[in-house]
Amino acid sequence: MGAKLSRVQVIAAYPITPQSKIPETLVKYVDSGELEAEFIRVESEHSALTVCISASTVGARVFTATAANGLAYMHEQLHWAAGARLPIVMALANRGLGAPWTIFNDMQDSISQRDTGWMQVYCRDNQEILDSILMGYKICEQIHVPMMVCFDGFVLSHTVMPVEIPEQKQVDRFLPSYVPHLQVDGPEPININPVMLAEPRDNARGVACPSYMGFRMRLQETLESAGEVIRRVGGEFGEIFGRDYECLLWEYRTEKADTILLTMGSLANEASLAVDMLREKGYKAGVIGLRVFRPFPAEKLRQALAGAKQVVIFDKNISYGYEGATCTETKAALFEGGLHPYIANYIVGLGGKNVVASDLEAATLEVLENKGRVNGPKWLGVAV
Amino acid sequence: MSTVLKEEKIINVTWHGRGGQGGVTAAMILAEAAYIDGYKGVTAAPFFGVERRGAPITATTRFSRTPIRTLTPTAKAEVVVVLDERLMQAVDILRGLKPDGLLILNSSSPPEKFCTDMDIAVATSDANSIAEEIGLVVAGTVLINTSLLGAFSRASGLVSMESLEKAISKNFNPKAAQLNIRGARLTYEATRINRVWQLSSPGV
Amino acid sequence: MASEKDEFISACATLMRGEAGKTGDWRAKRPVIDLNKCTPCKKQKDTCYLCWLYCPDGTVTRRIPVEIDLTYCKGCGVCAEVCPTKAISMEAEEKFTLSECAIQEEVE
Repeated sequence: MGAKLSRVQVIAAYPITPQSKIPETLVKYVDSGELEAEFIRVESEHSALTVCISASTVGARVFTATAANGLAYMHEQLHWAAGARLPIVMALANRGLGAPWTIFNDMQDSISQRDTGWMQVYCRDNQEILDSILMGYKICEQIHVPMMVCFDGFVLSHTVMPVEIPEQKQVDRFLPSYVPHLQVDGPEPININPVMLAEPRDNARGVACPSYMGFRMRLQETLESAGEVIRRVGGEFGEIFGRDYECLLWEYRTEKADTILLTMGSLANEASLAVDMLREKGYKAGVIGLRVFRPFPAEKLRQALAGAKQVVIFDKNISYGYEGATCTETKAALFEGGLHPYIANYIVGLGGKNVVASDLEAATLEVLENKGRVNGPKWLGVAV
Repeated sequence: MSTVLKEEKIINVTWHGRGGQGGVTAAMILAEAAYIDGYKGVTAAPFFGVERRGAPITATTRFSRTPIRTLTPTAKAEVVVVLDERLMQAVDILRGLKPDGLLILNSSSPPEKFCTDMDIAVATSDANSIAEEIGLVVAGTVLINTSLLGAFSRASGLVSMESLEKAISKNFNPKAAQLNIRGARLTYEATRINRVWQLSSPGV
Repeated sequence: MASEKDEFISACATLMRGEAGKTGDWRAKRPVIDLNKCTPCKKQKDTCYLCWLYCPDGTVTRRIPVEIDLTYCKGCGVCAEVCPTKAISMEAEEKFTLSECAIQEEVE
């Protein structure tokens, strides 16, 4: 729906559970003429993203969607899309990776693609998915960086809930049509993304060409300042549609909280229930849900955690041999600010393992009662 | 009969049917109807996983006067709807029902047949015969999912028929919607209950 | 000395009947064999058995008469497709389940 309202012109996607419903729905819109777009059928996710890259290069607004192994299969092209600075928006239904097989939800798939240069936002509910896609195009097309809109597979992708669908007229006012950074159909032919050498060199006309590392540096600079763009577009979105996204992370009952539960995606909502339970028992607890993971909102996180004595981090992913990704990132952000709250990391919900508020509450209580040095993350609800 | 909900009180409804019977669709239409009825928080979801025609499936609807923050599967429901009474033997359906919950079945038998030593209320309605009679049949399959929504409205009193009819209309073309609404109305009328069910005290 | 195997290293399923559950209840269409057309039955000779060979779930017997285990047959219809004499037809499952239910109720 978000893709339809954004008037995407080219869609290429390969079906994979739990994403299948997205291309199925879009192909119906294209077929009925409700959406004026080309739906390009491909034989794999790798090709899906390649088609998107090509179409985006020549100036089309493109959309794709995938999950898990499909995203892993795109890996090489993910780097290319970001390196080529193409404003592609991808819907990602977060799902665990094999082996052993699972079709169910965790965030190992997108976290594994953290360093590809794509922005990553994580949604708490279905309204946020729609809104994030609309905002996604506006953000991406301003800064020429692609974005993954991540949401929990099945938990969100297969749950029906009320979603306010904006008027097309309003969306058109918010989101102007896409103007590519590079006009490839100019008077002279060009070769796009050729080999760039380590040192600058002159081209045949004697004009200096930049070096490879310069491109990498510019991408990093753009992502460093992307947080502000995301906030600004979120604010503009709020003015038009009444739902404010002028933030990089969500906070719930964090005022005067000394214990923070930190997580991403729909689990942030479940954690808010756990916080209500903890507050009822007299604990000063709150939730931070990271909405944006790349660029990492380090400064905002430091501000939000300034008063925290303990931070309990729930990760639906793990960097094997160390800990959950949001835990590592949070620690690094706090180190920069000289903050030293007690940090506990729980690995939860891998492969669709159900996580309920009372689990999160119990884990937090465990931390509050048995503080002390812990080696590595704890696993919630796994009997080995 | 109207039931006043305390803030945050969530009504959990679990649907049991067979793949192809439309249990998931019914769960979604009920969520839509509840939303039209004024519930601020509604969700509907299939049991996460694979579905096959003919195999037992479950789906859930949740609704509440305030937005719903949980998306986890329902453990114990206030109301359980069974689209195929033969599932009572195949699946431990009562385990997922609260001890003072409401059980609604598509059955030609009287509700007493399904009473247990639990303090549950039981409602039955012969949606199969009704649907067959009015021609709610597609490709040889008798469609009873929307009809059972009528039984839900009657036995639970939680969602009005008016809202249900609006929700049904939104999900079908006009002709099919009329037929489905007729099925729901007749099933509403034909619903038999062993006792009047009321939601247990808030917060329980 | 044999070390104890860690069950969390190699994920595996047991290769045995019923490992995937009673998959017969997935069936929308049921294969019905016309023994008058079935080659091994007609010739009373071990021959053909293409249905046995092609069944992806191993539910067909390699015996006379050829039988299909309906507890596990998912109703995919491959057997009907490969049968050279068209001895297998796929028939709507409802037809059988309703009558089986009626029989069950009579017994009750």
